[in-house]
Amino acid sequence: MSTIKVNGKDQTLTSEISISELLVQNNVAQPDMVSIQVNGKFINKEAYASTIVNHGDEVDFLYFMGGGQDN
Amino acid sequence: MDFTEEQIQRYSRHILLSDVGVEGQEKISNGKVLIIGAGGLGAPIALYLAAAGVGTIGIIDGDVVDLSNLQRQVIHFTPDVDKPKVISAKEKINLINPDVKVITYQQLFTAENAFDIIKDYDFIVDGTDNFPVKFLINDACVLAKKPFSHGGILRFEGQTLTYVPGATCYRCLFHSPPPPNAVPTCSQAGVLGAIAGMLGTIQAAEVLKYLTGVGDLLTNRLLTFNAKTMDFRTIKSTPTETCPVCGNHPTVTTLVDYEQATCELKR
Repeated sequence: MSTIKVNGKDQTLTSEISISELLVQNNVAQPDMVSIQVNGKFINKEAYASTIVNHGDEVDFLYFMGGGQDN
Repeated sequence: MDFTEEQIQRYSRHILLSDVGVEGQEKISNGKVLIIGAGGLGAPIALYLAAAGVGTIGIIDGDVVDLSNLQRQVIHFTPDVDKPKVISAKEKINLINPDVKVITYQQLFTAENAFDIIKDYDFIVDGTDNFPVKFLINDACVLAKKPFSHGGILRFEGQTLTYVPGATCYRCLFHSPPPPNAVPTCSQAGVLGAIAGMLGTIQAAEVLKYLTGVGDLLTNRLLTFNAKTMDFRTIKSTPTETCPVCGNHPTVTTLVDYEQATCELKR
């Protein structure tokens, strides 16, 4: 069992999982609309399936936010 | 620059700040800032920068004021409906502070005009509502080595990042625009009006910090907040080696106008 932080909050993992699986586990419906950092480093989308999350990792889901001017 | 008695009175609350003082106010008064978008974010940004006495404020926006804008675009008033946003904004800035020189661009910010417009400014502020222009602003500023503030809002949330040459850029965090048509539009998604003020004033504060050199900018960290919980977070970041525009092997070396994508996010 390992503990990681997702968007600053603790999550306990019962098995070793990849970023792709973590997205599913966190109910992120459209991974295209999220950008991911692990320990402050950007992860390429192509590497989601092969990147394993380790105990103590800090994972951040950065969401595209486009509003501002809005007509 | 010699301030008049009236200016010393006007800017006295800045001058009283030991970190700012007369010297800092001079830097503000000599500052040239471009605001891209005179909407939800651009409105509070322009109002505070005008009040602060930023010497030259450029505003670019091709739209006219719509009734549905007034819920959050606080620089535009009811009689301004149908008026070009840049004209409406200029009128308010002049009323707040006649010291400010306002340059208006009633047009879109495009790959064609980007470099020519930003070259005259010390700092650029992104107050736009769509990803093609957000990426264009990033690329233009990175390639031209201009500092800028990224800002985005949606529903109850906001995010902002300050870029200076060498720091994490918007593309370091968000490689490329989201797929067009993947998402509904901003106007469908909605936004709590005050969120625009919360984020815009943070961006305005970053501009004033940059001009005066006071404090630590929001560089290499993305500030995000959710107004439902009022949780604020700063997510630390480092420049991405594979960043398409500022990385080791850049693929973005010229500006392009991306296909219009929308600004919403499904979760």
